[in-house]
This record gives sequence, C-alpha cells and structure tokens, in this order.
Amino acid sequence: MDPELVTSFLAAAVRVATPLLLAALGETVAERGGMINLGIEGAMLAGALGSALGATAGGPWAGAAVAVVAGLGVGVLFSAVAVHARAEPIISGTAVTLGMIGLTGAVYRHAYGPGGVGLSLPTFPVVPLPGLSAIPVLGPALFEQSVLTYAAYLAVPVLSWLLFRTAWGLRLRAAGESAENARAAGVHVTRMRTLGVLVGGGFAGLAGASLVLAQVGTFAERMTAGRGFIAVAIVALGSWRPGRVLLAALFFGAAMALQFLFQSLLLQVPYQLFLMLPYLLTLAVLAGAVGRIRPPADLGRS
Amino acid sequence: MRIRSLLRGLLPGGGAVVAGLLVLGVGLTLSGYDGPAALGAMYRGAFGTRDAVLSALLPRAIPLILVGLGIALSFKAGALNIGAEGQFYAGAVVATWVGLALGSWPRLLAVPTVLVAGLAAGSAWAAVPALLRLRFGVLEVISTLLLNFVADAGVSWMVQGPLQESSHNYPQSDPLPLAARLPGLAGTRLHLGLVLAIVLPITLWFLGRRSLPGLQLRATGLNPSAAEVMGGVSTRWVFGVALVGSGALAGLAGATEVSGTTFALFQNLSPGYGFTGIAVALLARLDPLGTVVTGLLFAGLEAGASAMQREAGVPAVAVYMVEATITIVVLLGDVARRRQLALFAGT
Repeated sequence: MDPELVTSFLAAAVRVATPLLLAALGETVAERGGMINLGIEGAMLAGALGSALGATAGGPWAGAAVAVVAGLGVGVLFSAVAVHARAEPIISGTAVTLGMIGLTGAVYRHAYGPGGVGLSLPTFPVVPLPGLSAIPVLGPALFEQSVLTYAAYLAVPVLSWLLFRTAWGLRLRAAGESAENARAAGVHVTRMRTLGVLVGGGFAGLAGASLVLAQVGTFAERMTAGRGFIAVAIVALGSWRPGRVLLAALFFGAAMALQFLFQSLLLQVPYQLFLMLPYLLTLAVLAGAVGRIRPPADLGRS
Repeated sequence: MRIRSLLRGLLPGGGAVVAGLLVLGVGLTLSGYDGPAALGAMYRGAFGTRDAVLSALLPRAIPLILVGLGIALSFKAGALNIGAEGQFYAGAVVATWVGLALGSWPRLLAVPTVLVAGLAAGSAWAAVPALLRLRFGVLEVISTLLLNFVADAGVSWMVQGPLQESSHNYPQSDPLPLAARLPGLAGTRLHLGLVLAIVLPITLWFLGRRSLPGLQLRATGLNPSAAEVMGGVSTRWVFGVALVGSGALAGLAGATEVSGTTFALFQNLSPGYGFTGIAVALLARLDPLGTVVTGLLFAGLEAGASAMQREAGVPAVAVYMVEATITIVVLLGDVARRRQLALFAGT
C-alpha cells in the first residue's frame, strides 16, 4: 500500500485517539482510587462546550482552560454525590452524564440560537516536532499533531510515576483496593477518591477541548457521542496502567479511523464490523486474563 | 398500615420529581425564559389533550415501561445492567429481520413471532455479559456498556447493508409488512404494545410477591452470601436469570417499537431508552407496578418537552436535567435510608 496513505491513516488514528486517550488517562486515576465515573462522558461534553465558549472569547488556550474548569466542575458534582454522599457510583455517573447532555444542549442553544450556527472556532494548529516528525511513515503520524496530543503523550509517564512511584499514588491505589484496609492504615479514603475523580474530571474536560479545538473545529449537541464511555473501556483494555492505556487508545482510534481509509480507497467493506472489533477484543481480554489483569478490588463500590 | 407504607414509598419519589421540575423552572427563569409558562406547555403537551395522551404520552411510555421493568429486575438481583440500549437494539434488529420475512403470514401469527424474536434477541444479547460475569468474573457494568457500542455498530451496518431498504438510498430498513405490525388505535399512534406494558409489570409484581423465585430474587439482591448460605439459593443462577430477563424485556421493547411505532429500523431509533429506563426503575424503587407510573411520568416529561420547545422556545433537551435531578435525588434518598432498606445491598 501507498506509504503516504498509511501515514495519513495513522495520523487520523492518532488525532481520533487523542480525546479518548486524555479521558482514559484521567479515568485511570479515578478508577485506581476505586471510583468508576461514567460521568466523564458528561464532563467531556461540558469540556467541549466550555472550550467552544472559551475559544470564541479568547482563543484556543482560553478554550482549553475553560474546558478543564468545566470538567473539574462535573468532577465536583460526581464526587459530591458518589464519594461524599456515597450514592451508588454507576447510576450516579449515568445521571450526571444525562444532566450534562441537558445542560450543554440548553446552554448551547441559549448562547448560539435555536438552530445552532456552524461555529468556526480558533483551533490549535498542528505543530510538527523537529526531528521526530522526520521519521519515515510513523513520524508525521505521531509527531505532526496539535499540542494537546503532545500533552497526552507527556501525561502517560507523568501519571505512571504519580500512580506507582509516589506515596500519593500508593495511598490512592490503597483506597481503590480496599477502602477498609486503607482507612485502617490511616489513609483518608474520601479525600483520595475525591482527588482521583477530580483528576479524571479535569482530563475529561481537556479531552472535550481536544475534540473541539484539535479535531472537529466546532461544537454540536451530544458531540461526544459516547467517547467518555469508550474511555472507560480503554481503561479496562489498558489494564489500569497509563502505558497500556496509551496503546489501547491508539487501537480504538485506529479502528475508528478505518472508515476514512475505506472511504478514500473506495472499499465496499462494512467498516462497522471493524468498529466492533476493539470492544469485542476488550471483552475477550477481560475474560481471558482474569487473575493477571484485574480491576482495583473496590471498584464500583460506594 | 399498607396505605401508610405505600405513602412512605411514594413521598420521596414525589419529592424527587418536584425537585427536578423546580430545577428546570428556576433554571429557565434565571436564563430569561418564562419558567411557569414553559412548565405549563410541558404539562399540556403530555397530559393536556386526548391527542397528546394517545399519540405522544402512551406510545412513548410503552418502551420506557418495558425497559424500566427489565432494569428493575436486574438491579433487584444486584446486576447493574447499563446495556439495555444495546439489548433494545438487538431486539429491534431481529424483530425487523423476522418481520420483513413474514409478509405472507396471518397477522395473528406474525406479530407474536416478531415480538418473541425481539425478546429472544434481547435475552441473547444480555446472556453474553451474564456468562462473562459468572464464568470469567468480568464486571457486568463494563461488559453491558461495551456491548451497547457493538449493537450500535451492528445497527449501522444492518441499515446500510443486509437490511437496507430496496432502493439502497437511505440508511434504514424497508417498512414492515402490515402482517408484522402491531394493531393500533385508528387516528393515533397508540398500539397494542400498551397491553404488554401493563400486563407484564402486573405479572412480575405478582411473581415477586407470591413465588419462590421472587423471594430468591429479593434475597439475592439484599444479601447474596446470606441467601446462599442460609437460604440455599443459587445466587449465581438468580443473577444470571435476572440479567437475561432484563435483556428479554429490553429486546421486547425494541420489537414493539419497530412493530408498533416506527415500522422500520434506523439508527438512533432509541432516544436513550436504555438510560432513561434506569431512572424509570430507580424512581419506582425497583417495584414492577411502580415502573408503570414512573414510565408514564418520564414519557410525559419527554413528550411535554417537545411541546415546551414548540410553545415556549425552550430547548427540549433541557428535560434531561430534570431526569438527572430526579435520579440523583432518589439515589441520595436511598443513601439516607440505607440502614433500613438497601436498594443496592450488594454494592
């Protein structure tokens, strides 16, 4: 196959994977603390709208900042309900997402009129990394991206270090494995879980910004279309480790980018079958690797 | 005594609904809309006229009641099924496929076949996470969620591939033959699926109170290890049956939607029934009869929301804030009562 086509496919895969990766990295931290937050779909949506509003007012950097704040706000809401009040976390998360679909839809229509105009927003430009982008085939795909993609790359080792090499990470993981034992060892479980959820919310907000400001270039109602939920799947496929989460996100991104490749090749292959692949693989991995890959033990408990 | 306990059950739910509507009314007023007028338009759009009730409220309530009933069933056994959306689509796809093939059958045979096909497909779709949980320990929360995306991709493939309409122009199926359509009330959008949405909750309510499986279900949800050790209940079996049963009801909902309302398969057939169904089940406190009431209520909210958009210019999507508030208030109320009665004893 034409190497240029391969490169453009891989570049699309990385571009599509970036919001998934950002959201999944944040969710990894939240789940390591013992909280599955299905509200990150809502946090991502809030981040997407926040980034549109912020970018309209003050450019892409302002957009990204507003997005993080919006994501944090959703994180605060979820942790108030699920961590502090100890309501059932899964249902709380879906409720938070449902509420955000309503809120972002209403605010968007209020701000931009009922029909919703085709917004054209100031976006993050593609910044080729000198040297690295010259690597044949892979270089342009991985290193001719927006600054948000690089931020996501950078977050992988940083979060790995934070989770597995610091006392903070140890306390967080202790809270996720067994709240009871962690408490007995003097860990402030509620505080650790709240922090985990907040990190997850902030990352999800940034993920929304990258969707709007580095991929699509506009906002539409419900535009995250389940990407926050996909991030939860990516965390599982990545076995709750940032490095593997990166690979899992790229795999999901590649599966989603295949349809563009098929379209440009004029192939009549049902791309939807490939779209199913990463989900089925995730299920297979979860089923086959029990004992080796194992979620934090207290995950999903309130 | 019974009346008092009934009231005690209803009050928190009523409070949650009032809280949800208050959030909407205050939010709208603060953003410069006429809040009371919007809520008025909402009420009229759902309950105000005969046409609103027969063509908007009731047709919308049918899938919500069926899906909510299924979710209540699985939650009661401690199975967190958040894949009703996927099970709904599995039912809709297979019902469409069977329905299109049965054009020459008499209606009396074709319609039940279509519904049973949808029910079977939904069961099969839910059997996967049940099996994954019981055999391999995969959390059903994650597997049911993942299968939603698989179902979504499956529908997208079907309506652009094997089930695409004959001219191959639009991403939808051919219309179902008359024989495969649920009979409806002339001049309205109401169809016979309503009977299912009334009879099935009553049946499950009765079974839940009067039968051994009902007792085992409650025991499993309340305290699995006690049920296993003291009661000799196979909690794994109960868990699996409840999850598959909830899939069956969601699949049936998909079949009635195709056979009674849309008469064709297309993407986004469900405006999120699988997720609203969670709110329906929770507000009903997982009580089968309660889901009829709460299903009607949420159908009213959603039907009313369109009227609110038409008459008061308020975005209909704002109604999801009401649903979210109701769910969260119910959850918080359950936390407050947790020592008395646990809705999620297993978690």
